Amino acid sequence: MNILIAPIIIPLTAALLCVLFKNSLTKQRVISGLSLIAHICISFYLLTATKENGFITLNSGGWESTIGIVLVVDIFSSLMLFITGFVSLCVLVYSFKEIEQKIQSRYYYPLFNFLLVGVNGSFITGDLFNLYVWFEIMLLASFILLAMGRQADQLEGAIKYVLLNLFSSFLFLIGVGILYAKVGSLNLADIALKVSQDPNGDLLNTTGVIFLVSFGFKAAIFPFFFWLPASYHTPPTAISALFAGLLTKVGVYALVRVFTLLFLTNSDIFKTILLVLALLTMVIGVLCAASQFEIRKILSVHIVSQIGYMILGLAMFTPLAIAGAIFYVIHNILVKTNLFLISGIILKHKKSTDLAKIGGLYKTHPFLSILFCLSAFSLAGIPPLSGFWAKLSILKATVESHWYFSLAVGLEVGVITLFSMTKIWSEAFWKDQPEEFEVENTEKGYSPYMIIPVIVMSISAISLGLFGDPVFKTCMQAAEQLLDSGEYINAVLGGMK
Amino acid sequence: MESLLAILSGFLVAAGIFCLLQRSLARLVIGIIILGQAANLIIFTAAGLKTSNPAIIPEGSTSLTGLYADPLPQAIVLTAIVIGFGFTAFLLALLHRTYKTLNTEDIEELKNTDTEL
Repeated sequence: MNILIAPIIIPLTAALLCVLFKNSLTKQRVISGLSLIAHICISFYLLTATKENGFITLNSGGWESTIGIVLVVDIFSSLMLFITGFVSLCVLVYSFKEIEQKIQSRYYYPLFNFLLVGVNGSFITGDLFNLYVWFEIMLLASFILLAMGRQADQLEGAIKYVLLNLFSSFLFLIGVGILYAKVGSLNLADIALKVSQDPNGDLLNTTGVIFLVSFGFKAAIFPFFFWLPASYHTPPTAISALFAGLLTKVGVYALVRVFTLLFLTNSDIFKTILLVLALLTMVIGVLCAASQFEIRKILSVHIVSQIGYMILGLAMFTPLAIAGAIFYVIHNILVKTNLFLISGIILKHKKSTDLAKIGGLYKTHPFLSILFCLSAFSLAGIPPLSGFWAKLSILKATVESHWYFSLAVGLEVGVITLFSMTKIWSEAFWKDQPEEFEVENTEKGYSPYMIIPVIVMSISAISLGLFGDPVFKTCMQAAEQLLDSGEYINAVLGGMK
Repeated sequence: MESLLAILSGFLVAAGIFCLLQRSLARLVIGIIILGQAANLIIFTAAGLKTSNPAIIPEGSTSLTGLYADPLPQAIVLTAIVIGFGFTAFLLALLHRTYKTLNTEDIEELKNTDTEL
């Protein structure tokens, strides 16, 4: 199926075209927008096709799958591709007005597309070293996007982000090398096959730990998340929103993919490790967020705690838990990005997102307040919004697995999330504007380019909660596919056409 | 030979991490470069060292004969070197710009964006 290469080729072409038209921002916007619409259509097609046929594979260059690089799409990756396309389109439209023209002309659109090349590549590759390469493409684009404003705090945030992420890439590379030495293959399906036949499977656990730490850095799980709160609040909001929505989730995707295929099936030790890390990530993330007093910092640190829920779902390793984790990823990408976009509108209007300096937004922006409220309550898990179903399915899985302690922790973390969200609500929206920090600003921040993406994402987040049944069924299917590694192996190694 | 290279890569990793823990920005770059080299050496060593021929099919025959070296780790190392080179270039540019903007080279003074946790 040659169409499988499209999610990589389309943004790559768009990026190069954007470089060609570097003097015209309008042309770059149109190109990026068109490429994202094409991306959404193709990923929707891939989603329906994988739901029908299971897997779609492509042996690039016509090489046999064990020799060449193989691209594989299952339901999980096509879901991720679809949501990536949708969220990126919203962020792209939002950034037309949000990011200063001067910064946009510093190759913002090419880098945006290169970032998507890396993200999409990571989702569809079936080769471990190729995954490393896509990660690096994604990272390099994100480094430049982060430091693009050239302001002191952005440069400083970028240094921390760059160094810790380079360290994690170094670990990933070592992991790939050692795994190759042990099993003699880089193809994920081939490795999975060899691992399942190996009587000394436990010897792989050391390599598994290297992968866990490396992906842990990218996914921002405890204790590897410290780069995130140091950098995510510095760049323009559109860039923060894109990072918050996508980048950590690529780490989660890699964890789910590699661990369901290779490590969790063969030994129970990773369940315990992942469980402990997940609980610590949830608790520490949410407590750190509760102590913040700046909207963007609260939202950034909250990403960490949400990642904990996803990892908890992975640690349980049952169909319901994994489906819950996938649903959580989708919900979180939508809602978290949306909250960041709303914080950008607040920043445009008030020139600050420090809760001590702003207030009275409910009076001046009633519509925005409702949108914020819906997203924030969805994040906290209030029924019937999407976050509730995501949490419910993960917590239901903890009951089924008799992990009652995790259940208690999960509920508690939900309550503290609600506390943080009500804090933003009461400080920024309800309280009167503190007079000493009043700014003269006639601009309401309601540019159509900025508010329409927020409305679209809010509507889709609400519909994910109200009519989420087909999505959840798809997640269930995806989870069953992930748990049956034999099917993956057959599709990749047996499907040589 | 393998154990010697294993010990050497261990030393390189230690040196790299030691540099990363320094306060000077320039040493951070050196640390990242050394770690990159260590990773390459580890892949190279882990994949097995042996005296053998390059993996090129001799003229006149259709398949490889005799002992030949596994070309894949070499390809990996080559790719990793190229990627590492790109990252080093970017890192140097970033640190140069940071130094010019903030006028400091001491990592202890770069605490403005830290979120107190």
